[in-house]
Amino acid sequence: MAYTTIADDTRPLHHAKTWVGKYVWSQDHKVIALQYSGTAIAVGVVALVLSDIMRLQLGFPDTFKFITPSSYLQYMTMHGMIMVIYLLTALLLGGFGNYLIPLMIGARDMVFPFVNMLSYWVYLLAVLVLMASFFVPGGPTGAGWTLYPPQAILEGTPGRDWGIILMLVSLAIFIVAFTMGGLNYVTTVLQARTRGMTLMRMPCTIWGILVATILGLLAFPALFVGAVMMMLDRVLGTSFFMPSLVSMGQQTGYNGGSPILFQHLFWFFGHPEVYIVALPAFGIVSDLISCHARKNIFGYRMMVWAIVVIGVLSLFVWAHHMYVSGMNPYFGFFFATSTLVIAVPTAIKVYNWLLTLWRGDIHLRVPMLFAIGFIFTFIHGGLTGLFLGNVSVDVPLSDTFFVVGHFHMVMGVSPILVIFGAIYHWYPKITGRMWNATLGKIHFWITFLGVYAIYLPMHYLGFLGVPRRYYALGETAFIPPSAHVANEVITVAALIVGVTQLVFFYNMIWSFFKGPEAGGNPWGATSLEWQTPQTPPAHGNWGPKLPVVYRWAYDYSVPGAPEDFIPQNVPPDRVTT
Amino acid sequence: MGIVGRLTEKSWLTPGLDPLTEAEAQGHRPLPSAAVGLRLYFGVATVMFLLIAMIFVMRMGGHGVSTGQQPDWKPLSWPQLLWFNTAVLVLSSAAWEWARAARRRGQLESLRAGLVAAGVLALGFVAGQLIVWRQLVDAGCGITATTMSAFFYLITGLHGLHVLGGLTVWGRTTAKALGGGAAAQVATAVDLCALYWHFLLLVWLAMFGLLLMNADRMTAVIR
Repeated sequence: MAYTTIADDTRPLHHAKTWVGKYVWSQDHKVIALQYSGTAIAVGVVALVLSDIMRLQLGFPDTFKFITPSSYLQYMTMHGMIMVIYLLTALLLGGFGNYLIPLMIGARDMVFPFVNMLSYWVYLLAVLVLMASFFVPGGPTGAGWTLYPPQAILEGTPGRDWGIILMLVSLAIFIVAFTMGGLNYVTTVLQARTRGMTLMRMPCTIWGILVATILGLLAFPALFVGAVMMMLDRVLGTSFFMPSLVSMGQQTGYNGGSPILFQHLFWFFGHPEVYIVALPAFGIVSDLISCHARKNIFGYRMMVWAIVVIGVLSLFVWAHHMYVSGMNPYFGFFFATSTLVIAVPTAIKVYNWLLTLWRGDIHLRVPMLFAIGFIFTFIHGGLTGLFLGNVSVDVPLSDTFFVVGHFHMVMGVSPILVIFGAIYHWYPKITGRMWNATLGKIHFWITFLGVYAIYLPMHYLGFLGVPRRYYALGETAFIPPSAHVANEVITVAALIVGVTQLVFFYNMIWSFFKGPEAGGNPWGATSLEWQTPQTPPAHGNWGPKLPVVYRWAYDYSVPGAPEDFIPQNVPPDRVTT
Repeated sequence: MGIVGRLTEKSWLTPGLDPLTEAEAQGHRPLPSAAVGLRLYFGVATVMFLLIAMIFVMRMGGHGVSTGQQPDWKPLSWPQLLWFNTAVLVLSSAAWEWARAARRRGQLESLRAGLVAAGVLALGFVAGQLIVWRQLVDAGCGITATTMSAFFYLITGLHGLHVLGGLTVWGRTTAKALGGGAAAQVATAVDLCALYWHFLLLVWLAMFGLLLMNADRMTAVIR
């Protein structure tokens, strides 16, 4: 394994000379990271607004006339797809991956800077194509983020004319962008680690992003194949997924296809996708907790191996999303078993986070609050996942609000709390300034308590049997009036939490211009990105000489050391001075 | 210390310059980053083609097809041009090997000839595939004709797109090699292009074999 920076690359680092070359068509990983992050957050705000519109309909049906059944399904589909893929995946891998990987491993940049730049612009193209679906005749697709055929491309589903085509094209473009970025992240970690940075001296953040990227490179092809096949079915009339059908009273030309095939392809991608989102979050949380508790991560090797094992196992559990598809019960038995097995390394990680906090010198700064908030909400969401992993329990709960509560907790709440914590944590390094702690704490507490108000009642609604993806519940015997009250409470909470995010944006933007100077290492962190000679790091990151690494990333509170942390690039003989 | 030793070491117990990476420093030249990246890409493309192959095999075995589907067939014979196209692709890979050998021996003329031959032959392959498409469509076997034809166009289309992608890199490599680019870079570029071509040849041979095994199904979807 290579340890020096881009040792084989005899070309000097690309130095842009114009403003446009430096900040628009930039090949600097830090600029590309901010471009990814800005785009992802912008489109995420769009999805947040869509979710608030959905909640208005669910909490107060018959009140908002502009929300029709068709448009409800369209908002729901776009909300889901944007959040999972265009926000979470792009922000965690494209944003944090791009920014942190070279800095944390001691490299000057990614090993393929031009392809890295290209990957952002192709991602932006994918976003624009998806947003365009709001403006085409028929509007965006309303097929649900899972895009199940045959309905997704049949009359009767909103967006059947153009929306679904743009969605599939956008996904294919995104996958090309992701592949380009992913090749960069993996190759950089393998090739460009600085002298002394062995694999087991890397911070957990890098391990999480690395394994998630490898997973993505293996899983996205399945979505690509599914999207291409569905495109052919829709545009050219092939029958990959379409059985012989009568639609709107007319016999269609389809014949011989299998809707279940799409489900297998989609979920073979879809389950690793949730770990592509979760694993970087796991890695980042480990670093947040150890830094702000001034304590080495408990069981570092187990944490690394758990990330790897979770990644591998995630390829073998996909059909737990298909228990109600009519599959052979023995299939369900196999996948339920593998699903419960994957809970074991995940639980080990949770124990290790808790044991890191135990007897740590805990500083309840805003990043630490979000990290602890992650632990709460992830345990919660993970436990409900164990319910759903069992076939017999999943059958009555499938497609109810219990599932909605579960996946929002593990995907929508926990990784988002980590993203907030990570932004607060690395903000001083990225901007050189510090944010306002009071606003940060207000943001945290309202968000943290608010998401419980939103998602806890959903589990009870699920037990009652309240279905998901319904525009309106109507009058049914099994849905009591209290369920409608619960929906109103959830909606109010969702609106409050949505508006509270403005506090976060205000804090970030105001502090960028007026915040106090933060210094190079305000948290006293050990990892390499905090040891750059300049803050924010200049192009090339390290000045004339690359850092040399002498220790792992978690030398916090080492007995006998003068300070409660030893940076990775401090040699042993310079510790006691 | 192998990879397992590396991944189980207790990194908190050994601060200081890591002796193993120091030893590596004096030793071998690591694999160039572009070579690592290309091999990773092979993994991605393999997953994609493998998935399609599995779906194809299962579908042609009748798996997953709902009962009561109407069989449809159009009389057709196996497009013989495919054999020729396969031979052209093999020659293209051979041309790359010739180019690599010429580069190693420092023979610029042979390198140029090899590069041009490789690119022209690959272009010929793509053109030949398009002619096969035209032949099939003219015979009434468009993409929607049968299940087999849908897979045929999908497989040849995706493979062809990969060849076209390779041809864009071929263009830049040829320009670099003949425009007097740095020797190390030219070496890497030519070697990696050749590797990519061989990968696509392997993929094509596997896909071609699958299609050939189901050649009789060009005429029917379900029996």
